[in-house]
Amino acid sequence: MSTGEKFVQLLICIAVFFGVVALILLLTSRFRSRNGERLQFVAFVLPAIALIALGLLYPAINTIYQSFRDNTSSGFVGFDNYQTVFTNSEQIKVLRNTALWVALVPIVSTFVGLVYAVLVDRSRFEKFAKGLIFLPMAISLVGASIIWKFVYDYRDAENSQIGLANQVLKSLGFDTYQFLLTEPWNNLFLIVIMIWVQAGFAMTILSASIKAIPEDIVEAAKLDGVGGLRMFRYITVPSIRPSLIVVVTTISITTLKVFDIVRTATGGNFDTSVLAYEFYVQSFRSNNAGLGAALAVLIFVLVMPIVIYNVRQMRKLEAR
Amino acid sequence: MTAATDLPVEHVVAKQTASSQARQKLSSPWASLFAVVIAVLWTVPTAGLLISSFRPEDDVKSNGWWNIFTDPSFTWDNYDQVLNGTDTDLATYFVNSIVITIPSVIIPICLAVLAAYAFAWIKFPGRDFLFVAVFALQIVPIQVTMIPLLKLYVQPPFNLQPLAGGDAPGGGFYTIWLSHSIFALPLAIYLLHNFMSQIPGELIESARVDGAGHVQIFSRIMLPLMTPAIAAFGIFQFLWVWNDLLVALVFGGGSLDVSPLTVRLAELSGTRGQDWHLLSAGAFVSLVVPLVVFLSLQRYFVRGLLAGSVKG
Repeated sequence: MSTGEKFVQLLICIAVFFGVVALILLLTSRFRSRNGERLQFVAFVLPAIALIALGLLYPAINTIYQSFRDNTSSGFVGFDNYQTVFTNSEQIKVLRNTALWVALVPIVSTFVGLVYAVLVDRSRFEKFAKGLIFLPMAISLVGASIIWKFVYDYRDAENSQIGLANQVLKSLGFDTYQFLLTEPWNNLFLIVIMIWVQAGFAMTILSASIKAIPEDIVEAAKLDGVGGLRMFRYITVPSIRPSLIVVVTTISITTLKVFDIVRTATGGNFDTSVLAYEFYVQSFRSNNAGLGAALAVLIFVLVMPIVIYNVRQMRKLEAR
Repeated sequence: MTAATDLPVEHVVAKQTASSQARQKLSSPWASLFAVVIAVLWTVPTAGLLISSFRPEDDVKSNGWWNIFTDPSFTWDNYDQVLNGTDTDLATYFVNSIVITIPSVIIPICLAVLAAYAFAWIKFPGRDFLFVAVFALQIVPIQVTMIPLLKLYVQPPFNLQPLAGGDAPGGGFYTIWLSHSIFALPLAIYLLHNFMSQIPGELIESARVDGAGHVQIFSRIMLPLMTPAIAAFGIFQFLWVWNDLLVALVFGGGSLDVSPLTVRLAELSGTRGQDWHLLSAGAFVSLVVPLVVFLSLQRYFVRGLLAGSVKG
C-alpha cells in the first residue's frame, strides 16, 4: 500500500465513524419523552458497551476456558497447563524473574521519585529539574531499551569502549562486563530500564501531594524544631501515604505486564523472560495455545487484587 | 499560640535557628549532590544516544560518544539513511504510526464521551450496575483478550468479512484501530464520567427546563466544558498508541504494510544490534513526535496523570 492509499483508508475510517456518531445524535435529538430518553441512553451507550463485550468480556472468558485445554485447543486437560507453569524449570525461572521485577521496580522507582521530589521542591530550578526525570515517560519502552542497550554495549577491555557503563568500569580499572548476557544479574540491568521510565511518574504524583500538605502542619513541626530527615520521616511521608500507595500499586500493575523491554533488550534469552513475554512466546511463537492462555490468566489473577486495592485507595484520595 | 509569645526572646531565636539549621540539613551539599546525581543518571543515557545519532558511522562504531567533545564531527547521514535507505525505510513506518494513531485516539474518545454522558446524566434502569461493570473490566489485562480477539478478526461468525488477512478492508489497519479503541474504552469512560459528574447538575436542569434535549446539552454545554479532560485523556491515549509494541505485533501480524515504528525498531535492534549509527537515529525518529506532543501539552498530561489515567 502506498502512503497515499494509507491516508485514504485513514480518512474513510474517520468519515464512517463520524457518520455513525452523527446519525446517532441526529436520530435521537428529537426524543423528549421518558421512553425517548431510554432510547437515547441505549443509543449513546450501545457502541461502547458492544465493543467492550465483544473485545474484552467474551475474549477474557474464552481465554480462561482455553487455559484448561491442550495446546491445540482440542481436548480438556484440567490443570495441566497451570502445573507446567509452576513445575517446569524454564517456567519457574520466568516466575522468579517476574517476582524480582515486581519487587524491585515499584519500590526503587517510588523511592527515587519521592526523594527527588522532596529535594527539588521549591528549589530555584524545580521545573527544569523535574522535566529531566519526567521526560522518559514520553519515550516508548522500545526506545528506552535501545537507549540503555547502548549504555550497556560490551567490547573487550583492550578495545576502546562505546558503551558508557563499560567505559566507567574500564576507567576505574575493572574488566568490562557483559551486562545483558551474564545470568542472573542481567535481570537487574533490565529492571534498571523500567525504573528509569517509572520514576518520573512517581515523582509527578508525589510532588503534587507534597505541595498539598497543609502549610500549618509544616510550620508547626518546624516550630517544634523538627527538620531535615525527621521532617521527611514524620511529616512528609505520613501526609502523602495514600498517594504513595497509589503510586506503588500502579507501578506494580504496569510492571507485571512488562513486555517491550524484555523483547527489545534480550529477546527473553539468557534467562530474562517474564510472564507477559512468555505469554507472547508460548501463544504466538511456540503455538502452545493452552500454556499461553494459562500464563495470561495467571497475569490476570496476579493483577486483580492489586487493581482493586489501587482503585479503593484512589477513591479515598479523591474523597479527601 | 500564647505559649510562643510568652517565651523569652532568646528562646525563640534559638528555635528559629534550629529550624533553619534543620532546613539547611535537608538542602545540604549531600542532598544537592544526590539530586544532581539522579538528574545526570536520568539524562545522560538519552543524551549519549542523541549525540551518537549525529556522529559519522565510523566514529560511532570505533569510539564512545563522549569523544565528541574533543573531536567534534556532525552529520545528517544517519537520519537520511535510516529514513530513506531501502533496508531500513523508517519513513514508511513513520507514516504507519501516524495512520494507526489518529483513529485509535479519536474513536475511543468519541465513544467514551457519549457513553460517559449517558452514564452521568440520562436516567435508565440498571444504569449504575452497567457503569460499575464497565469500570470493573479495567482489570482485564490485554494479554487475556488477545488470542480470542484475533480469532474473531480472522474468522468472524455469521460469515462476516474477516478484518485480518490478505484481502481485509483497509489493508489490515482495522484490527489495530479496533483493538486500541476497545482496550482504551473502560478507562476512558471511567475518567470522563468522573469529570462529567463534577459539572453542577443545575446547569443541566436549567437547560432542560429551557427545552434543550440531551443531544443539545451534550454538544452545546458538555463538549466545551469537557475539552480539558478530553485533552488530558487524548494525550495519554496518543502516547500509549504511538509507543505501543504488543498490540501492533499481535494484531498487525508483523506485515510491513501496517507495522508502526516501534515494531520496526525492535526488529532492527535484534537484527542490526551493532549498527548504532542507525539504531540511534531510528530511536530518535520514533521519539520526536511524542516528545513534541508531551512537552507542548505537559499541563494537560499532568492533570490527566493526577486524575488517574494510567493504563497497565
